[in-house]
Amino acid sequence: MKLSMVRDILGASVLAGETMLESEIKSACGSDLMSDVLAFVKEQGVLLTGLCNPQVVRTAEMMDIICVVFVRGKTPDERIIALARESGIAVMACPLTLYEACGRLYSAGLGRA
Amino acid sequence: MEPIVLRYTVDGDNFVSAGEASTDMKRSLKRLGADAELIRRAAICMYEGEINMVIHGGGGEAVVTFDGSALDILLVDHGKGIPNIEDAMREGFSTATQEVRDIGFGAGMGLPNMKRYADELILESEVGVGTTVKMRLVG
Ligand SMILES: Nc1ncnc2c1ncn2[C@@H]1O[C@H](COP(=O)(O)OP(=O)(O)OP(=O)(O)O)[C@@H](O)[C@H]1O
Ligand SMILES: [Mg+2]
Repeated sequence: MKLSMVRDILGASVLAGETMLESEIKSACGSDLMSDVLAFVKEQGVLLTGLCNPQVVRTAEMMDIICVVFVRGKTPDERIIALARESGIAVMACPLTLYEACGRLYSAGLGRA
Repeated sequence: MEPIVLRYTVDGDNFVSAGEASTDMKRSLKRLGADAELIRRAAICMYEGEINMVIHGGGGEAVVTFDGSALDILLVDHGKGIPNIEDAMREGFSTATQEVRDIGFGAGMGLPNMKRYADELILESEVGVGTTVKMRLVG
């Protein structure tokens, strides 16, 4: 699935990585716990989270995640967006809950074997 | 190749900068053309260790040595130390504060994760003196 499709399905706004919308991702993960992302994530291209701090972007970079979606209407500050740009990570924000955002992407076929 | 040494000071009072050393290490290894799987494992080990230094160890020093195939990570802090290493290594064991949990850490997964991804993990700690973590990863 292309990142542009992720944006459309979630009705998200793109805050960083506008030029990355053609990038393809195969799977996604949703968590508010970075400990779990570090321990359980493998080759997921997108991280959906309600947590809003710079460590979300750093965790994403460590895990080769190319896009972070902030859910529940969380708006990352300039510092977080600047860090994402520097790391080559796309940032989106949407008002949905984590549950609904993940559910929509899953229903659309993302990450289903 | 001539071994490359990367040195970092990890600020224990600044959660915002936590992870800077790991980010720089990962980018440096990429630039050096290190094996992708080695980079992935090293990034996780270093980041978990760096976050621990910040949230538990009060900051310290990190030294990464890479000789083209093997990678050594040395993390030294002078924080409160670990009273019982066996407990600390257990999945789910954490003494993290609510504040740390609120920023997405403190699940007690870090040390077990480092053990999983490093070929060798040596943890030495003395209460009131500090903690030294040595990890070796072979590409
Ligand atoms: N550098 C350190 N200095 C002092 N105590 C430490 C240090 N590193 C780890 N610990 C102790 O070991 C425990 C387990 O560490 P571990 O990294 O596994 O989990 P955590 O940091 O609490 O949570 P997570 O890593 O999932 O965010 C910590 O809660 C802390 O009590
Ligand atoms: Mg930890």
